[in-house]
Amino acid sequence: MSYDEKRAWIYAAIAASLPAVYFVTILRQLATTDATEIAYIRPMLAAIGAAMVLNIVLSIGAALFSAEDHNKTDERDTSINLYGEYRAGVVLGVAMVVPFGLTLAGADHFWIAQGMYLAFVLSALASSLMKIGVYRRGF
Amino acid sequence: MVKPTKVTNRIRALRFAAGEVTQAELAERIGVTRQTVIAIEQGRYSPSLEVAFQIARALDVPLDDVFQYPGTDQQPPRHPAPEGTASRPGPVTPNTGRTP
Repeated sequence: MSYDEKRAWIYAAIAASLPAVYFVTILRQLATTDATEIAYIRPMLAAIGAAMVLNIVLSIGAALFSAEDHNKTDERDTSINLYGEYRAGVVLGVAMVVPFGLTLAGADHFWIAQGMYLAFVLSALASSLMKIGVYRRGF
Repeated sequence: MVKPTKVTNRIRALRFAAGEVTQAELAERIGVTRQTVIAIEQGRYSPSLEVAFQIARALDVPLDDVFQYPGTDQQPPRHPAPEGTASRPGPVTPNTGRTP
C-alpha cells in the first residue's frame, strides 16, 4: 500500500469516527434540551481541531512506517487525488444546499451549523472513500 | 464509476526478459512508486504517455512491445487515400517509343 493510499485510509477513518462521536454527543441532548440551548460550538471546534491534529499525527506515523516510497508521490497518486477531490467538491456543493435552505428558512444557528459540518464531513468521507476505491479497483 | 483500462501490457514478461528486473528496480528507474508499477502491470492504471515511454526505454524495447490496445495491435491503422489518388498507379514501364 502506497503512502498516499494509507493517508486516504487515515482520512476516511478520522472523517467517520470523530464527527460520529460529535453528532451522537450533541444530538442526544435534543431529547432533553431545546436546540437553541445546546452548547455545540466548543464541541464542534474541538472535533474539527482534533481531526486536524489526528490527521497530521497519523500521517507522520504512516510515513515513519512506510520506509519505502513514503516521500514519493507520482502521477498516479496525483491523478487519484484530483479524482477524489473533484467528486468531493460535487458532494460538498450538493450537501451545502441543506444548510443554505435552512438559512433561507430562518432556522436556528444550531441546525445551520450542524448542516454545514455534516456537509464538510460527507465531502471528506466522499473524497477519501473514492480515492481508496480507485486505489483498490483501478484508475 | 471508473472504467477499467483496455490497455494491456507485457511488462511482467519483459521485466524477466530484461534480466529479471524487479518491480522496485523498474519503479526506481522510471521515477514512480512500486505500487504504481504493480497497478500498471495488473491493468489497474493506464500510465501517461511519458511514463509509458520511460517503461519501454527502461526495458529496452519499443513502446508497441510493452503496451497493446485491443483491435489495433495486429496492423497499423490505415488512412484513406486522398481524393483522386485512390488507385495507386501500376509499375512504371519504360517508354521505349515503339508502338506495339
